[in-house]
Amino acid sequence: MAHKTINIKLRVWRQKDAKSKGGFEKYELENISVDSSFLEMIDVLNEKLISENKEPVAYDHDCREGICGMCSLFINGRAHGPDNLITTCQLHMRKFSDGETITIEPWRVGSFPIIKDLMVDRTAYEKIMQAGGFVSVATGGVPDANSILIPKDDAEEAMDAAACIGCGACVATCKNSSAMLFVAAKVSQLALLPQGKIEASRRAKNMIAKMDELGFGNCSNTGACEMECPKGISLAHIARLNREFLVAGLKA
Amino acid sequence: MAKLDSKVPEGKLKDKWSNYKAHQNLVNPANKRKIDVIVVGTGLAGGAAAASLAEMGFKVKNFCYQDSPRRAHSIAAQGGINAAKNYPNDGDTIYRLFYDTIKGGDYRSRESNVYRLAEVSNEIIDQAVAQGVPFAREYSGYLANRSFGGALVSRTFYARGQTGQQLLLGAYSALSRQIGLGNIEMHNRSELMDIVVIDGKARGIVTRNLLTGEIKSHFGHAVVLATGGYGNVFYLSTNAMGSNGSAIWKAYKKGAFFANPSFIQIHPTCIPRHGEFQSKLTLMSESLRNDGRIWVPKKKEDAEAIRAGKMRPEDIPDEDRDFYLERRYPAFGNLVPRDVASRAGKERTDNGFGIEKNSTGEGVYLDFKYAIDRLGKDVIEARYGNLFQMYEKITDENPYKTPMRIYPAIHYNMGGLWVDYELQSTIPGLFVAGEANFSDHGANRLGASALMQGLADGYFVLPYTIQNYLAYEITNPRMNPEEHPEFKKTEDEVKAHITKLMSVNGNKSVDYYHRELGKIVWEHIGMSRNEKGLKEAIKLIKKMKKEFWANVHIPGNTDTVNPELEKANRVADFIEIAELMALDALNRNESCGGHLRTEYTTEEGEAMRRDDEYMYVSAWEYKGDDKDPQLNKEPLHYEEIEVKTRNYKTA
Repeated sequence: MAHKTINIKLRVWRQKDAKSKGGFEKYELENISVDSSFLEMIDVLNEKLISENKEPVAYDHDCREGICGMCSLFINGRAHGPDNLITTCQLHMRKFSDGETITIEPWRVGSFPIIKDLMVDRTAYEKIMQAGGFVSVATGGVPDANSILIPKDDAEEAMDAAACIGCGACVATCKNSSAMLFVAAKVSQLALLPQGKIEASRRAKNMIAKMDELGFGNCSNTGACEMECPKGISLAHIARLNREFLVAGLKA
Repeated sequence: MAKLDSKVPEGKLKDKWSNYKAHQNLVNPANKRKIDVIVVGTGLAGGAAAASLAEMGFKVKNFCYQDSPRRAHSIAAQGGINAAKNYPNDGDTIYRLFYDTIKGGDYRSRESNVYRLAEVSNEIIDQAVAQGVPFAREYSGYLANRSFGGALVSRTFYARGQTGQQLLLGAYSALSRQIGLGNIEMHNRSELMDIVVIDGKARGIVTRNLLTGEIKSHFGHAVVLATGGYGNVFYLSTNAMGSNGSAIWKAYKKGAFFANPSFIQIHPTCIPRHGEFQSKLTLMSESLRNDGRIWVPKKKEDAEAIRAGKMRPEDIPDEDRDFYLERRYPAFGNLVPRDVASRAGKERTDNGFGIEKNSTGEGVYLDFKYAIDRLGKDVIEARYGNLFQMYEKITDENPYKTPMRIYPAIHYNMGGLWVDYELQSTIPGLFVAGEANFSDHGANRLGASALMQGLADGYFVLPYTIQNYLAYEITNPRMNPEEHPEFKKTEDEVKAHITKLMSVNGNKSVDYYHRELGKIVWEHIGMSRNEKGLKEAIKLIKKMKKEFWANVHIPGNTDTVNPELEKANRVADFIEIAELMALDALNRNESCGGHLRTEYTTEEGEAMRRDDEYMYVSAWEYKGDDKDPQLNKEPLHYEEIEVKTRNYKTA
C-alpha cells in the first residue's frame, strides 16, 4: 500500500561537546512516511548524513516505546513535541504537515549539561534518587505481600505518581528549571503507601536538599511541568511533597 | 567432549534448594568487604543482584550502557509477573507453577532450576511490595491477579500495563540506596568490551566509556553478566535499540558455552510494521488476551477484501469470523502459550486469511468488542488504558472501536550462556543471570515469567550461590589492573578491535548491514525453519560477515560520543551470533517450543518433539574464528514430571 509522505525542513541543534559553542544546522528531507515515528525520521536524516560522510546527529533514545525515559528532545518549543501524553519516541510524523519547518533542540537546563548535539547529562536525577528515592528495605525478611493492605484508591494514586519515567521534560519545561514534579512523584508514591509512609518526611527533606544543592530552581506553581509530562503526573503530588517537607521541618 | 557438570544438588526436587542453602559456603561479614563483585547490566536480574550483594556487604561495581540504571529494558515489560501465591484460591501451588513452566518450555529446561524458580516466586512479590511497588489491588486492599498464557490459574500480579517498569524501579530504588551509601560503584554509559580471564578464572572486564571512548579495566573476584537477550539479531524486535548480545558473545569467545542459541521467542501480539524505515516493533501485552479475542475472516474473499481496503473488520458478522485459537485449542483458547499462538496465526495467514494491507498479507485481529459489550468500556479502559493509548499513538486507530491489528515479532531469547545450578558458566567465576542465561524457559517461555526469573536470579538465587564460589576467594587480594599483564593484553585487543572497525572505511552504513542481517534471520531462522533454509542462512551470513568487514563505514572518532561505532561493535557480534543460531537450529532435527522445523510436524501441524534423540541442552563451545564450534550435550532428566506431548486442546 502506498503510504502518505511529506517533505520537511529541519533546524537541528549541533554542538561538538559540553565546552563548544553550539548552533542550528539546516537540513531538508523528502518523502518521509507519515506513519514513521519522529526518531525514525531522525534515523533517515542520519543515514543521509553518513552517506555524505558527515557526522550523524547524536541523541539519546533506547526503548522507543515511551517507557525508558531516555529520549529527550525539545521539538518546536515543546518538550517531546506537539502531542500530549507521549514521549519523543512515540511522536509520529502525521503530527506534522508537508513543507513544515521543525526545530529540534536538547533540554536546556543548567543542571543537565549538554554532552553533544541533542544529548544531555541527567546525572543530577540519579543523585536525587540516591539521596532518598527508596524505602530503606533490604532483600529478604519481609512480610507476606497480603499482610500489607492498601486501599485500592491509594494504590491507584501511588501508581499514577510511580509512572514517572525520569525523562526530565518537567525540568526542561519549567521556567525556573525546577525538579519539583520529579521529586514529588517519588515522594508522593511512597508517602501514599504504608511501607513508605514511615520515612516519608525524612525522604522529602533529603531529596529536596539534594535537589537544591544541584542547582535546580524553585517551584512557582505555574503548572507547565504537568502540561508537558508525557505520563500526566499531576501537580497535586507537589502539594503532597510540600506537606511531607513541612512535617520534616516541624520535627527538626 | 567436555563434561558439563550441572551441579544439581542431591535429594528430592522439593528439598534441593533448602539443602543447598543449608550446606553451601558463605562469606563472613568482615571478608565481604574485601571482595569485589562486578555486575554488568542493571535490569531486573542485574539491578536486583547488585543491590542485594551490596546490602550483604560485598563491594559491587555495576555497569550499564544507558545514562541511568533505570533505563534497562526490563522497564518495558507490560503485563505482569507470576507467583504461586494462590491468593485467588484457584488451585495454584509451587508444583503447578513449576509444571506449567516445564510444559510451557516443551520439556527442554532443567527440572531443578525451574522448581527453584517456582519456589522463590512468592518471595519476589513480598519483596516488591515491601519496596513500594504499587501492584493492582482489590477494593478490600488485597492484591489482584490476572491470567496469562499457558496456565489454568490466575497467578499474575500486575501494575497496570507497566509491571516491568514498576518492578525495575523497585530494584533501581534499592540500587540507588546502595550507590548513595557507597557500597556500589556505578558506571553509567559504559559498554562491556571483553572479559578478563586469568588462570582460568573470570577476574574482571574491560569497558569503553561511551562519552569519552576511554578503554578501562576493572577487577572483580567474580563477574556477573546480566545483559539480557540478543533478539536484535533480527534488527526488528521488541528489544530496545541498544539491547545487544555482545557481552555474552565475548564471554563465549573466552570459553563460556552458549546454550540453545536457536531458542527464540516470537511473540504473537505486536503492532504490525509500517514500512522500510521501521526501527523497532512494539509489543501489545499478552494480558490483552484475557479479554481480547483473536480472529481472521472465515471466508478467503473477505480477507482479500480487507487487504484491498474494500471492507472493514466491523463489517464481518460473527458467524463469518474464525476464532482459530478457540477453535483449535478449546481448553486454553486465546490463552495458549506464545509459540502456539504465533504458529497458529502463521498457519492462517500462510493460507490466505491474513488482514494486513501490505505485501506480507500477514496479520490477524485482536478484538475487544466482546469484552466491551460484556464489561463496559470503563472496565477495559481501567485494565488496559495505557496499552490502548500506545496502540492508538502508533497506528492512528482507536482499538475501542476497531479491532487491533497484530503481528508476531521477536521478543525474547530462551537461549543464552550455559549455567549450572549455581548460575555459574563454564568459566569459573563468571556467573550469568536473567535472560542472558539459558536455564529456566526451555524452548518456550510462558508470559509473565521473564520478570519472575530475572528477579529470582537477582534477589534470591545468585546472591547465595555466588558465595559458594567467593568463599574460596577471601584469601586472594584485590588485583590492580594496571599492574597485571592480562588486563593490559585484553585492553590492547579491545583497542585493536576498534581500530580494525574504524579502518574498514567502506561505503555502507552499519544499519544497512543490520537490516540485511535481519532479513536473512527472519526468513530462515524465524518462525519456521528447515534444513535447506538453514544451510542457505549459514552461507548468506558468512558472506555478509566478509562484506561487513570489507565495506562498513563508521564516521566520527573513537574518543568521543560515537553511536555508529557502538552499533558497529554490536552488529559485528550479531552477525556471528546469527551463524551459531543457524547451526544450532540445523543440529536440532525436531520441533519443540519456539523451534519449528517444517520437516518435523504432526499431521495437525503441531510441533513434533523427538525426545529419544534431542532431550538435551545444546551447549556450544568456541574453538576459534576459523573453526566450527563444538557441540556439548547436557542430557535432561525429568524425575518428578511425566514427559508428555504438549496439549492445550483439553485440560
